[in-house]
Amino acid sequence: MPTKPAGTLYRGREGMWSWVGHRITGVVIFFFLLVHVLDTSLVRVSPEAYTAVIGAYKNPLMAIGETGLVAAIVFHAFNGLRVIAIDFWKKGAKYQRQMLWTVLILWVVVFGAFAVRHLSLALGGH
Amino acid sequence: MTTIESPRSGKIGSGKIAPKYNRSGHSRGNFEMIAWLFMRLSGVVLVVLIFGHLFVNLMVGQGIHAIDFGFVAGKWADPFWQFWDLAMLWLAMLHGTNGVRTIINDYAERDATRFWLKGVLYAAAFVIIILGTLVIFTFNPCPVVNGVQLPGGFCPAP
Ligand code: HEM
Ligand code: HEM
Repeated sequence: MPTKPAGTLYRGREGMWSWVGHRITGVVIFFFLLVHVLDTSLVRVSPEAYTAVIGAYKNPLMAIGETGLVAAIVFHAFNGLRVIAIDFWKKGAKYQRQMLWTVLILWVVVFGAFAVRHLSLALGGH
Repeated sequence: MTTIESPRSGKIGSGKIAPKYNRSGHSRGNFEMIAWLFMRLSGVVLVVLIFGHLFVNLMVGQGIHAIDFGFVAGKWADPFWQFWDLAMLWLAMLHGTNGVRTIINDYAERDATRFWLKGVLYAAAFVIIILGTLVIFTFNPCPVVNGVQLPGGFCPAP
């Protein structure tokens, strides 16, 4: 049995987990985008084909999915800005942890506001 | 002991990777550095483009209920939104494709596996970028098939 490497600055710490999160959200958004360009391309087939498929985005289950997608995007976007700050700002590496907390707080605020608005529109009586 | 493998993306002669550790075996010029920079520059622009896209399409007015053929026709009647979407399409696809390329390099260990995965990735990216671009610029609010207007279109009054 290999033994666990003794504590390092990176492995198992917040830096590693934010990287894992960034990687997973990046892939999720990428696959969404492939499908999204295909569904948008239906505007070139016929108005009815597009409106029918977009109608699928309006059911409650999809509303949850869209909310999850936006959760992923908001995290990837803010954490991406953090990565950029670590690379280009001379104090970036020193404050990477504080910046991760900032990312998480901004994520809660922005995603929370989005989720309340989107879910009340999508699930609200219509 | 954990062995640390050499990076699969990198340039021979950059001094960073000894030639014997380079799997691809030929120089890639400054490509990896440009790609690294592109991820960061495109990221900054994408925050604005995507947040703007989500806000306008989901947060204002009726939100998602307002999206239908007419909604798209209304946006793409304006060159501003055409170019917004074009920039978002190209930047997001190139950024995402390059990101997935990195991930393939990280996890696919066999040369042939990496080759095929990346082949599929580039083919898909190419098709989606071209398709999306054509859709934006050939969009027709009043589609006609065999001389008959399709229902749901927005046609000028005769
Ligand atoms: C919203 C604005 C965005 C920002 C600020 C952003 C930022 C970044 C940055 C800085 C990186 C490089 C990370 C590194 O080198 O360690 C990255 C990686 C990545 N991004 Fe984005 N990105 C954004 C949007 C997107 C979108 C729309 C997609 C999908 C289409 C995407 C997919 C990816 C992928 C797959 C990676 C590779 C992750 C990895 O290597 O672990 N990103 N992003
Ligand atoms: C659930 C959330 C989303 C909804 C409801 C949505 C809706 C739409 C709609 C209605 C259009 C048609 C044109 C327009 O409105 O500008 C469109 C186009 C587009 N969207 Fe989204 N969108 C969403 C998320 C995203 C995300 C996260 C991205 C980027 C990663 C994105 C990228 C694009 C692109 C590139 C186009 C142009 C497609 C083309 O060239 O044919 N969208 N979207």
